[in-house]
Amino acid sequence: MTGQAWHIKGTSLLGQAAADMLISDGLITEVGPGISAGGAQVLDGSGLVALPGLVDLHTHLREPGREDAETVQTGTAAAALGGFTAVHAMANTEPVADTAGVVEQVWRLGERAGLADVRPVGAVTVGLSGGHLAELGAMADSAARVRVFSDDGRCVSDAVIMRRALEYVKAFGGVVAQHAQEPRLTEGAQVNEGEVAGRIGLAGWPAVAEEAIIARDCLLAAHVGSALHVCHVSTAGSVEIIRWAKAKGWRVTAEVTPHHLLLTDELAASYDPVYKVNPPLRTAADVLALREGLADGTIDCVATDHAPHPVEDKEAEWQAAAFGMTGLETALRAVQLAMVEPGLLDWAQVADRMSVRPAAIGRLNGEGAPLHGCSLTAGSPANLVLYDPAQRGVVDPAQHASRSRNSPFAGMELPGQVVATFLRGEPTVLDGKLAR
Amino acid sequence: MKRHLISAGDLSRDDALLVLDTAEELAQVAERPIRKLPTLRGRTVVNLFYEDSTRTRISFEAAAKRLSADVINFSAKGSSVAKGESLKDTALTLEAMGADAVVVRHPASGAPHRLAGWVHGSVINAGDGTHEHPTQALLDAFTMRRRLGRLEGLRVTIAGDVLHSRVARSNVLLLHTLGADVMLVAPPTLLPYGVSSWPCETGYDLDSALPKTDVVMMLRVQAERMNAAYFPTVHEYSRRYGLDVSRMALLPEHAIVMHPGPMNRGVEIAAEVADSPRSTIVEQVSNGVSVRMAVLYLLLGGAAGEDGAGVDR
Repeated sequence: MTGQAWHIKGTSLLGQAAADMLISDGLITEVGPGISAGGAQVLDGSGLVALPGLVDLHTHLREPGREDAETVQTGTAAAALGGFTAVHAMANTEPVADTAGVVEQVWRLGERAGLADVRPVGAVTVGLSGGHLAELGAMADSAARVRVFSDDGRCVSDAVIMRRALEYVKAFGGVVAQHAQEPRLTEGAQVNEGEVAGRIGLAGWPAVAEEAIIARDCLLAAHVGSALHVCHVSTAGSVEIIRWAKAKGWRVTAEVTPHHLLLTDELAASYDPVYKVNPPLRTAADVLALREGLADGTIDCVATDHAPHPVEDKEAEWQAAAFGMTGLETALRAVQLAMVEPGLLDWAQVADRMSVRPAAIGRLNGEGAPLHGCSLTAGSPANLVLYDPAQRGVVDPAQHASRSRNSPFAGMELPGQVVATFLRGEPTVLDGKLAR
Repeated sequence: MKRHLISAGDLSRDDALLVLDTAEELAQVAERPIRKLPTLRGRTVVNLFYEDSTRTRISFEAAAKRLSADVINFSAKGSSVAKGESLKDTALTLEAMGADAVVVRHPASGAPHRLAGWVHGSVINAGDGTHEHPTQALLDAFTMRRRLGRLEGLRVTIAGDVLHSRVARSNVLLLHTLGADVMLVAPPTLLPYGVSSWPCETGYDLDSALPKTDVVMMLRVQAERMNAAYFPTVHEYSRRYGLDVSRMALLPEHAIVMHPGPMNRGVEIAAEVADSPRSTIVEQVSNGVSVRMAVLYLLLGGAAGEDGAGVDR
């Protein structure tokens, strides 16, 4: 790795006791009170919470194909600024990441950028068509070592294809991440089917379209003994179904986005497509159920579903605009507002939901993959974020490193500020700014 | 009055009554030998139509011309958003041409709302997707008041495809504001999911609603809806929800029959009903011009004054 050692002084480990931390050669080498370290660069950690580097299971980096929206370089810069040290790059690029060639290309772009570990997600079916299985084994065996497979953006709606995918990935310890959206129930759908949709005259997107697929897939995963991950859970009913599946002991995991933890479908009444997202923003009751689910561990983790879009794709009529919101640079701040401030999670649990568990689901806990989601103890890889929860600021997307500006939190005051991010001992962010 | 007319919900009771009373005065212009007022001379009204709607467009055009405004018709139909100019660019073009009012008809719900953020002139919603059509509701209320003498306490039944109807949404909001009691009647598939929170009652049975009805408004139903399983066949729809002669006989003596047009004769309304003396369908068309004159007059008339009275910026 490199020579520069870092001495982080008086930082609050997982929001608990203040301690010093020594980082060198890519590792945390010492943790404890009052370390003396000659020659190491000193970083004052007082008032800062130290968390293991965040891991995002759900990021759209858009490269190859839509470099006008985001590139691996700009997307991982946004990730680093948000405190992430690893991101899973979704497969719906152009061309689709459905071959070893494309996933290796994305992985190499990540290596070259060096701002966060980029873990490509492989498509489940060729071209996300839902028809034929992509060469999942080839992607698993490639240099990119793909373990998470998803047609995200589209649902693997054919029950047989889903069953086969779940079965097939058992051969290499993979997981199928499902975008749960029954296609027939959501034809032309724009916003959550509820009071708001009826009032504003936009086609409704019923909760059952998500819940029916989740229920089916939990049953399929149990039947074939495989691992299912549910992307961006958005309804109270989905939380119930996942809670039930977990109680059965089935291998089901789930994620929730920061925006579904904070925002509701009332925002759609503005007709501003910055609030247009798939799955749609739901009701306040859903938001509360999602927060409870994340707090009690039914929902394993927070994933951003960072979905950058150029201005012209959002500056349109609602129906014509693209689905999606950026999220990497606001995720931890949004989670502080939604979960930490109401007392639903402490910082150790935030570390669990945003680093430890997503790393485990993404298989970043060994087997030759880079290590993430490790404890902040001597001997662990020095992947960590230093976060100041006492700051507050209004979100201004113009200041974001992401190439796109479609943040639903624009103009909103959020708590917190990422002060520094370290990737294997190297700072990617210092003083809240990119360090390289 | 607000600067724009996008939703019938934008109108307070006083606003709505002002529009109706103004329309009543302006209706007299239509009876003069020279049917023109100089009120909006030098002002520009753009009719921006992304959907075919000859009746609404010519109604607005006639209204603007009777007030001496310059009218520009901009038919953008077929210029799909994906391929053609974006709504924003069109808005900037209209802005550069100095449009004082933009009358917009668009297949996307919320398009007038977006447009209002990009232009300085008044935006008048002439129907957006499955959202609203406020001037239709105003002309319907105007017609009811003319025929029956009041709106307060009037029992109005609106029957048909409520789910996809911008007319129904605007009518429910406006009639509620004006003190009428609205009942929506439709097969359950054609009522929106959240309809229970609307300020009206709902039901599935037209026959039981009609005897308690002062005004029945039949909504157009498109035959294609049966392909998406909203109802089994046009024939069954017509049998259960169409207003034919025998069903019309269930109405009280004084009750009137309305339809926003264009009608599907033989589907939601029988020809004998449409042409009966109870029918106000032709009046609705002529009242449409008076009401739209009133809306243009109230939205633009004040803006010409030095103090911008009546303009809420």
